[in-house]
Amino acid sequence: MDRLLIRRKAVNAVMLGLTGLCALIAVGVLVFIVGYLFYSGGSSLNWNFFTKLPTPVGESGGGMANAILGSAKVLLLASLIGVPIGFLGGVYLAEFGGTTFPFVVRYMTDLLNGVPSIVIGIFAFTLIVLPQKHFSTLAGGMALGLMMIPISLRSTEEFLRAVPVSMREGAMALGATKTRAIVTVVVPAAMQGIVTGIMLNLARVAGETAPLLFTSFGNRFWSPGWGQPTATLPVMIFTYAIAPYEDWHRQAWSAGFVLLSLVFAVNVIARLALSRGGHQRR
Amino acid sequence: MSTNVSTLQNLAIDMQKGVPMKPAAETSAKLVTTDLNFYYGKFKALHGISLSVPTGAVTALIGPSGCGKSTFLRTLNRMYETVPLTRAEGAILLDNEDLFAIELSALRRRVGMVFQRSNPFPKSIFDNVAYGLRVNGFANKATLQESVEQSLRRAALWDEVKDKLHESAYSLSGGQQQRLCIARALAVNPEALLLDEPCSALDPIATAKIEELILHLKRTCTIVIVTHNMQQAARVADYTGFFLLGKLIEFNATKIIFQTPAQKETEDYVTGRFG
Repeated sequence: MDRLLIRRKAVNAVMLGLTGLCALIAVGVLVFIVGYLFYSGGSSLNWNFFTKLPTPVGESGGGMANAILGSAKVLLLASLIGVPIGFLGGVYLAEFGGTTFPFVVRYMTDLLNGVPSIVIGIFAFTLIVLPQKHFSTLAGGMALGLMMIPISLRSTEEFLRAVPVSMREGAMALGATKTRAIVTVVVPAAMQGIVTGIMLNLARVAGETAPLLFTSFGNRFWSPGWGQPTATLPVMIFTYAIAPYEDWHRQAWSAGFVLLSLVFAVNVIARLALSRGGHQRR
Repeated sequence: MSTNVSTLQNLAIDMQKGVPMKPAAETSAKLVTTDLNFYYGKFKALHGISLSVPTGAVTALIGPSGCGKSTFLRTLNRMYETVPLTRAEGAILLDNEDLFAIELSALRRRVGMVFQRSNPFPKSIFDNVAYGLRVNGFANKATLQESVEQSLRRAALWDEVKDKLHESAYSLSGGQQQRLCIARALAVNPEALLLDEPCSALDPIATAKIEELILHLKRTCTIVIVTHNMQQAARVADYTGFFLLGKLIEFNATKIIFQTPAQKETEDYVTGRFG
């Protein structure tokens, strides 16, 4: 009897320790990465980093203002493609689809989500860069936009499905048509979730490097326009990290730190927006 | 014993002169169904229901789970049409008008519905009550304000919410939310109100408030209530129908159903022998 109790307590202690350890490792990785980024890149992180262009090789100082702006432009384009298609497609799947077609679409979007990002890059390269015969911001935005579609579509669909049937019935019992009920009740009820999903999605593609390597390419100066190549933070990190200059390495670390901070900020804002909603069901 | 029962029954009928027996067509009826059959796909859920819902009274539908009382209720405003593969056969009249010929949103404005679980929209209290009015195109700002207040008063909720009309409906308690849903249904001035187990998720105090409200409302609005709670039916309803396995076993004045039912099944159910 006692031996059984001791055994149970021992197993309990071991399992508790194990789960705690794993949780600690998961958190530790992030803490380590952030700490190391700051340790290695903190010294180059100053006002110039956000306002100045990269300096020519051999000259120290300079910043990555063009890459920060470039990333913003590419992400804006990506959102213009990925958000409307994903959102409206998700509304269709959740509210109007029958059974067969949504199944096919859902399956396809899951596959699209699994396509390696570099393949998406090749696709955008073939579709836009090759015919135009030069790299462009547009191509980079399209590559990231394509990557956003499956996740924004599925998250929109999931959040709409989570809206209780009773709410749709409530609206229709008051004389609203199905479309009216969706527009005025169902979508607003799911809006916080949908917006959060889209912001997290945006944060995820913000760090994508591979599809940008041969679409938006890179640029050491301000990009002259949407049709021209542009620097972006992830590609800048890649270029600077593999360069043989000590100063560039430090700047790559700084860029990594900035990128991570931006993603982190978006995450926090999105989650706050989700939990602070005025009409959250209690 | 049997003579006892029949005298009691006669007595009960005498006590309430003019009580419509099934199908009770001679009194003024708000809703009349004739030989109504209902199908979920191939499953037949309702078998030839003929029932008259008297105007300006409370009609309760009782019966064990799955007996078809909610299904029946949902035919009265054609709410079943939101569920795929459902089909209703037979006739339903709303004020002698073919219910299936009435335009859907007009029908649902005339026959309101309150659901088992309170389902306020994620909007402010005001916007919840105003929803039906806006959907139906009565969006005049001055009258909107007035109608919202009037509906909240009719639902006995005004005093509790008048200072926080623009707060979220979710800030209300469960019982208040259900009364909000009633106010929302009342805002479009329905002729009839269908209540689908409106108190099943509420505590006794909130339930008492809703029951009191029902008794007030029946003067202006015909009410059909589905309930699992037989005491509730006895308390609020003028007429009661007993459903079993998709059939309407008996329909009569509430007193008769509970004291001297004509059918053995009804007696067994109301005396708690099954169900």
